[in-house]
Amino acid sequence: MKKSGDKKEVPAISTASLPDVIFMILFFFMVSTTMREQELLVRYKLPSATEVQKLEKKSLVSYVNIGVPVSHMQAKYGTAPRIQLNDSFKTAKDIGDFIGAERDQLNEADRAQMTVSIKADQYTKMGIITDVKQELRRANALKISYAAIEGEAY
Amino acid sequence: MGNARKTPEVRADSQADIAFLLLIFFLVATTMNSDKGLSRVLPPLPPEDVKVEDAKVKERNVLLVFVNAAGQLMAGDESMDIRGLKDKAKEFILNPMDDENLPEKKDTEIDLPDGSKWTYPVSEGVISLQTTRDTSYEVYIMVQNELSRAFNEVRDQVAMQKFGSLFSELTEDQRSAITKAVPQKISEAEPRKGIKK
Repeated sequence: MKKSGDKKEVPAISTASLPDVIFMILFFFMVSTTMREQELLVRYKLPSATEVQKLEKKSLVSYVNIGVPVSHMQAKYGTAPRIQLNDSFKTAKDIGDFIGAERDQLNEADRAQMTVSIKADQYTKMGIITDVKQELRRANALKISYAAIEGEAY
Repeated sequence: MGNARKTPEVRADSQADIAFLLLIFFLVATTMNSDKGLSRVLPPLPPEDVKVEDAKVKERNVLLVFVNAAGQLMAGDESMDIRGLKDKAKEFILNPMDDENLPEKKDTEIDLPDGSKWTYPVSEGVISLQTTRDTSYEVYIMVQNELSRAFNEVRDQVAMQKFGSLFSELTEDQRSAITKAVPQKISEAEPRKGIKK
């Protein structure tokens, strides 16, 4: 320590704590976010609901995205709502195969816990959703979750 | 350090840059949205070779909620605003007055976590939600949400009576007892025949 009253030079503002601050922000983001799993080919705005529950185990969740293709895909796929499984557009008929493949990736004990999250745009018609639901029933994937954002419902 | 000349410190300013780089990587490569949604269990598909018999459900035990393409709502046999649906569903689930037109109840023994038995009149009612193929998903989720809300409020109510706290504050065993007492019976039927192309 310096002696009191001993002021030889004005020290520069220390930036030594800056990395710590940045690391703190970094850790915050590492903890509170999840890795992007797939590139979205459809655009959706999820409906809002008040009674939403958090999906517990991410590894047991498979996603079915339903919505209008993103703008650079619209030239090829049009603007009607489409189903996206993994990284490509599929039809409701392909859901059986998709569920089978997803189920194979899980170990035996977890298979019953598999959940399918339906992420559908709020302006989608029920027809396409119903087709998806029927295919899911056929594939015996009965636990589903309608993805929604927490918020006022009406 | 009695030295007049300071020993230079290890330079830490570049550490901030490294941390920034990592930060930006995580900002780009991750998403914030936590997955939330309304959980449902679909009914298993009946085997194709078996002839589907209409399950014999008494009329009083079914609350038919029908949503048409314009987003209009019908519950039971009256048209209804979405705001009234929750209370209608709650009344249907609880049947507090033992009304003859509302669902029957069946006394069921439920195991409690402390080992004792608890007899509760479990409602036989099923809420059947029907839509057309042109109904918008938004309205459908809105209706599903109201039905969930009705069930959650009934569960809270029963949990309050039985355990003296809200459903969300119970232990897992207590929760499963309440879930048995108030099962979330929402049937998601296929869209109405004839409307299908």
